[in-house]
Amino acid sequence: MTTEHSTPMEYSTETNALNIIGFWVFIGAEIALFATLFAAYFIMEGRIADGPSGGHLFVISTLMIQTFVLLTSSFTIGLGVNAMRLGRKGAALTFFIITLVLGAGFVGVEIYEFYEYVHEGLNLQTSAFSAALFTLLGTHGAHVSFGLFWGIGIIIQIVKYGFTPRTANKTFIFSLYWHFLDVVWIFIFSFVYLKGMM
Amino acid sequence: MEFFKQFAVPNPTPTIYLSMVAIGLTLIAVLAGITYFKKWGYLWSEWLTTVDHKRIGIMYLISALLMLFRGGVDALMMRAQTSMPGNELLSAAEYNEIFTTHGVVMIFFMAMAFITALMNFVVPLQIGARDVAFPRLNALSFWLYFMGAMLFNLSFVIGGSPSSGWTSYFPLAGNELSPHIGTNYYMIALQIAGLGTLITGINFIVTIFKMRAPGMKLMKMPLFTWSALITNLLITFAFPVLTVALAMGTMDRLFGTHFFTMDNGGMAMLWANFFWVWGHPEVYILVLPAFGIYSEVISTFSKRNLYGYTSMVVSIVVISTLAFLVWVHHFFTMGQGALVNSIFSITTMAIAIPTGIKIFNWLFTMWKGKIQFTVPMLYSLGFIPIFTIGGVTGVMLGIASADYQYHNTMFLVAHFHLVIIPGVVFAMLAGMTYWWPKMFGFMLNERIGKWAFWNIAIGTCLAFFPMFISGLDGQARRMYTYSEVAGFGIWNLLSFFGALGLAMGFILIVFNVYYSARYASRDIGDDPWDARTLEWATRTPVPEYNFAVTPQVDSREPLWDSKYEGKTLFKEEIKDIHMPNNSGQPFIMTIFFFVAGFGLVFSMWPVVYVAAAGIAVLLFIRSFERDDGRHIHAEEVRETENNKRGDTR
Repeated sequence: MTTEHSTPMEYSTETNALNIIGFWVFIGAEIALFATLFAAYFIMEGRIADGPSGGHLFVISTLMIQTFVLLTSSFTIGLGVNAMRLGRKGAALTFFIITLVLGAGFVGVEIYEFYEYVHEGLNLQTSAFSAALFTLLGTHGAHVSFGLFWGIGIIIQIVKYGFTPRTANKTFIFSLYWHFLDVVWIFIFSFVYLKGMM
Repeated sequence: MEFFKQFAVPNPTPTIYLSMVAIGLTLIAVLAGITYFKKWGYLWSEWLTTVDHKRIGIMYLISALLMLFRGGVDALMMRAQTSMPGNELLSAAEYNEIFTTHGVVMIFFMAMAFITALMNFVVPLQIGARDVAFPRLNALSFWLYFMGAMLFNLSFVIGGSPSSGWTSYFPLAGNELSPHIGTNYYMIALQIAGLGTLITGINFIVTIFKMRAPGMKLMKMPLFTWSALITNLLITFAFPVLTVALAMGTMDRLFGTHFFTMDNGGMAMLWANFFWVWGHPEVYILVLPAFGIYSEVISTFSKRNLYGYTSMVVSIVVISTLAFLVWVHHFFTMGQGALVNSIFSITTMAIAIPTGIKIFNWLFTMWKGKIQFTVPMLYSLGFIPIFTIGGVTGVMLGIASADYQYHNTMFLVAHFHLVIIPGVVFAMLAGMTYWWPKMFGFMLNERIGKWAFWNIAIGTCLAFFPMFISGLDGQARRMYTYSEVAGFGIWNLLSFFGALGLAMGFILIVFNVYYSARYASRDIGDDPWDARTLEWATRTPVPEYNFAVTPQVDSREPLWDSKYEGKTLFKEEIKDIHMPNNSGQPFIMTIFFFVAGFGLVFSMWPVVYVAAAGIAVLLFIRSFERDDGRHIHAEEVRETENNKRGDTR
């Protein structure tokens, strides 16, 4: 196991260290992006025109499934990165695959949820509220979906090359991205769903 | 034939048809020229695929100058149209298109490109780095900007230009009141170029934080690098807001959503708020690098170190914070109520304090200095009084109650041109002239440069001072004509003459480039201005690896101290240098962005899907690519260093 005196593999070259810092700055930009989407949602929340409101639409069961699945996936990717640091390729790959399966589950439930909303009479064009809701959830969901493809690309590279400074770096950055999406979901959970249902 | 109808320009005039022919002929001439001189290989391997920050900087510079002329011609047409009452040179619809494209081109494609050009070229040299942190992304940034700019300019001949102002306020920009596709161009082209800018922001933050030469602590960075750092922080946090606003505007126009509409709960004011939450920091994104350039230029040509370095840094940081707290002052008259207006009025006026500190610091730097009146210094000296006039009228506009009188009049137009021209354009011309020898290995002619300066400086005053008067008299902005009894005629005629002066100045700059390229001496040494910072410690022209040996810094003016205090900058032996490889991927990817953007503008979905798939494939290719760069061997570096002209150190 690496000790606290040595640098983890994902930081081990100069380019790697720059990549990680660069990604943190990118997450800063992403925070600004989601903050703007949240601001728009809060302003549009009550502007439902003739359509249904959030309180009318939100269902606790799908919400809990989505939250449980995504939070668990954040935990498993953490385990995966830990396994990577221990040099256990098989364990790491297993955890990453579980992560992506959970992510796919999340996206699946979200698509089902959108389908239900449309059935309840909430289209993208229904009201300002619907536009803001679908844009906020959709942007998050699109990020998760993009992450699925990205993650598959990284898993293929780990299988092919094992853990090198390069693949370790990619994996670690991907885990940052995945945790970030989890954090965004916690805000969506609290300030869209819970607030809407209360 | 139905299919092709959508590409027709809605308000065709002889000028537009003429431009179409001219653009077509120029394009053919350029392509034929490249083929005839067999330059395709050179163009591809040296420029289109380059990841070198210096070449990318030069490409930004060329694009910025081209866009300056496009925007400048728009400006001349506007001034010509309003030079006389009841003039019929342009129709109302054309006038709307021209003031819209003038604003968009000048802000997004000229000013942004110009500051990025100078940051790209200068910042890595100033901090003693070999390149930026992510050279490949840097190329991607440039090509995204370039394709965005091309897409936007395409609107002129295919489909028609946007016509709802550079602020594109809804509901005017919505489908109901702007049914034509022009505004789609605005939304999509800015989205693409904005993505490039965001990537630049991230890239330079990491570069400046992590790649400084040993010994260059944050508080030892040159002021231009400081201003670049803060600017890129502003970019990173402000541009995502524009991204969201543009995405929502696009959805309103293409998918019929109700973000900014007047029905189904839509809220047009949300656009105005989002636009200016990005838009006001954008003002400082443009002006802070300019402040950085003035700090470098004034200190170099006063032969003194910068007065009040710490307060300069603090004031930049304070300005960048306040930049996010003033956006409502762009629409005091749009119904916020007295309390909100008062708060934003105070934050607005507060910005005058750190700006004033900077002005006084520049003045104190010159105090008792040996001032050399070179062209960059003339621009800096011209900037101070003109910018102060623009700034003081800005405080007038910042008084919310008084703003009800000034709002949307020519007074406002005069104000922001008198801050943005001396604040940004003068600075960019000063910076361009100052760093030109480093970029191209010869100096621009001082005599022609001074003529250009006086034309531009006097032209600026003559073009915009009369607008204060006609504005206070009640002339609204964006009016394509007025009647004789209004009495605005004389002021607008003066403005037109001022615009001609500006045009003359820019023609002189072009002539200067031609003249100097032809006749100027190539034997200028590495440090022709006797400057103070690291970019002048490299060879001229700069070798691709920038510094043969990484410099060791222990002061704010390392080159000056090595020249006059006997400190050694380069202590190590020459070693192998690691450099990134060129790549065609950024260029190819942005072509897909361009195609996708064009498809979105006209809602041609199959085109969008294919282009988006192309982008995705390229992302995958990049992820799987194994490119470790290359090494320039020490022997080769030594040889290059020995062959370079200039004094040996």
